[in-house]
Amino acid sequence: MSEVPVQHTQWNALDFPDAAKVLLEDSQTRKNVQHATNVIQGKRNKVVAELPDWEDLREAGARVKAHTLRHLDYYLTKFEENCVRAGGHVHWASDAAEANRIILGLLRRHEAREVIKIKTMTSEEIGLNATLEANGIRPIETDLAELIIQLGKDRPSHFVVPALHKNRQQVREIFQREMHLPELGDKPEDLATAARTYLREKYLRIKVAISGGNFLLADTGGMCIVESEGNGRMCLTLPDVLISIVGIEKVIPSFRDLDIFLQTLPRSATGERMNPYNSTWTGVHPGDGPKEFHVVLLDNGRSPILADKEARQTLQCIRCAACLNVCPVYHQTGGHAYESVYAGPIGAILTPQLHSMEEGRSLPYASSLCGACYEVCPVKINIPEVLIHLRGKVVREDQATLAGKFSLWNIGMQAAAFLFKDAGRLSMAEHMGLVGQKALVSKNGFIEWMPGMLSGWTQTRDLKAMPAQSFRDWWAKEKAPHAKSADDGGVR
Amino acid sequence: MRISLFITCYNDALFPETGKAVVRVLEKLGHSIEFRTEQTCCGQMHWNTGYLREAVPIIRHFVKVYQDAEMVVVPSSSCVAMMRDHYVKAAEMDGDAKLVADIEALLPRVYEFSEFLVRKLGVEDVGAAYPHKVTYHASCHSMRSLHLGDIPIRLLKNVRGLDLQPIQNMQECCGFGGTFSIKNADVSSAMLSDKVRNVLNTGAEICTAVDNSCLMHLYGSLHRQRTFVKTVHLAEILASGYAEAQG
Ligand code: SF4
Repeated sequence: MSEVPVQHTQWNALDFPDAAKVLLEDSQTRKNVQHATNVIQGKRNKVVAELPDWEDLREAGARVKAHTLRHLDYYLTKFEENCVRAGGHVHWASDAAEANRIILGLLRRHEAREVIKIKTMTSEEIGLNATLEANGIRPIETDLAELIIQLGKDRPSHFVVPALHKNRQQVREIFQREMHLPELGDKPEDLATAARTYLREKYLRIKVAISGGNFLLADTGGMCIVESEGNGRMCLTLPDVLISIVGIEKVIPSFRDLDIFLQTLPRSATGERMNPYNSTWTGVHPGDGPKEFHVVLLDNGRSPILADKEARQTLQCIRCAACLNVCPVYHQTGGHAYESVYAGPIGAILTPQLHSMEEGRSLPYASSLCGACYEVCPVKINIPEVLIHLRGKVVREDQATLAGKFSLWNIGMQAAAFLFKDAGRLSMAEHMGLVGQKALVSKNGFIEWMPGMLSGWTQTRDLKAMPAQSFRDWWAKEKAPHAKSADDGGVR
Repeated sequence: MRISLFITCYNDALFPETGKAVVRVLEKLGHSIEFRTEQTCCGQMHWNTGYLREAVPIIRHFVKVYQDAEMVVVPSSSCVAMMRDHYVKAAEMDGDAKLVADIEALLPRVYEFSEFLVRKLGVEDVGAAYPHKVTYHASCHSMRSLHLGDIPIRLLKNVRGLDLQPIQNMQECCGFGGTFSIKNADVSSAMLSDKVRNVLNTGAEICTAVDNSCLMHLYGSLHRQRTFVKTVHLAEILASGYAEAQG
């Protein structure tokens, strides 16, 4: 086989603060994102409140996932054995390039010119569509939102509702233009009908489908996909060949464990009690479904995450996107600011790790650490804790370079650490601060402008000037003289 | 009870009134208060910004200063959250088993101010009077780390003359996040403007919280926008109305 040109999607062009700045100016997107996330979040809260054992389910889900991750090699090989026994083929891909090569090889063997796809984040992660196109194969997305993204030459901004940043009028425009439908109306039914007509012909004609997978079942060698529209089920049943590309962390020990996740995932993701379509299949069966079934198990940076004790929980994620919907940062910017396949809080921890911290170094800082993501996560990933761990890595890596060591941030933080080690130093700094701030304080007693890296604060906010007397000075003057014991109420 | 105050670094330098109010309330309830002048900072700024190694000596200093305290009260939920959520981890990272043990022994005696009043002392009415229209901002750490629930609200409801106004989206972050407000100034400002809009919609004259960091952030915008809404720490409200009698 000739060398395969592998295309990578262009992400991480901008750091988060810069990308966010651009998106904050797009008031239509902001409005769309806030509206959509509020609606989903409202539904989610309602259906979660119905379950008296929600906390137990979260705990159970977290435990199953954590257990599987600790014995990942065992469960993956068990999955492989059982999948092969049921007539499937299992491939192992260590990175994006290898996964692309495997998939392209299979498509070439079947002389496929076109392929239908079920929504899959892993294919986005490895840049599959671009690779296929560069090799003369046309990928066709069948998930309604993915289709909107594909036809609109856009990027997903949310991994459950990829086109959440678009409103109906915008979708109508895209369909009208790309499907050549001058008469298209703008009711939801009109758009759904247009998509259905467009896709039906493709389901019946195209013989190869590509999917992702929500769960790999080790004990049966089976797979599970959950979805809302039924487009996925068409792709799973009509074509002759099915290729599923799945991250290695998606394996769970047993079919019975689905019980937990089929409750927590739909409630967290779309606020539904159950997904309209839950498809589980095992290998191939004569006369029913695809004749040939392949699973590509994708590592692509997951093994190093597994080896990092502090960050391992990142891989528990079941991609429900509840953390995006609840995140106040995501509400403001939408997904594109993350410059990453995975947006929102989980993207902020997953992306820099998948790329070994080379890219997305600003992402661990794209959070106010408010903790809403941790509270909502159905598998209890402590995202704030992982964010801080990754920030620690960024700082250490920075400090290993000369420029980093002499950066204003580093100097400032080192100076503060020096002061906080000793109250005498801190108190002296407070007195010096009183003198130092004089140049900045306006007549009204507020600081309205600060220089350098602090200028971001005063763009939109004033700062009250330091009062003349600190608490410790007040205490020394008013309280300490009367204190009963001199050692703990002591005067400096 | 002999209560040690941990006033925290920014309350010491920027909001001394809060510390004074805590002293007034606790003294009124009949406790003896001490302030250990060796106190500095909880280490939150360093830890949360990723200066993990640099945070450890600050944590060690805190533990040393308060180790033998009977009770430590802190008028800042985010500093208490720092201690409860991260101290042990930091000590473990440093490989200091003695520090881990010391922290585990000390933490059960550390309380956020409103939590201390209600959960430890069982006091919901401190006898304060504050005839103003007030709205309450539930800071992220007070809700999601300390799980204070409606404790601050209960305290406010018992303040004479106080007209408590509910706020929309109470659970959403104000966008401060320490160095986040500087590193991601634009996003932080956007979050803040949503929050400020909700505060203004309540029609309250005062916005209160158990964290001066959030209030400093909110007031930064309220002042820039030339509104008349002020921010006041919960302790200052609870210390109102009987200050004169206390002298
Ligand atoms: S981190 Fe948790 S909340 Fe976020 S997508 Fe993953 S499972 Fe869902």
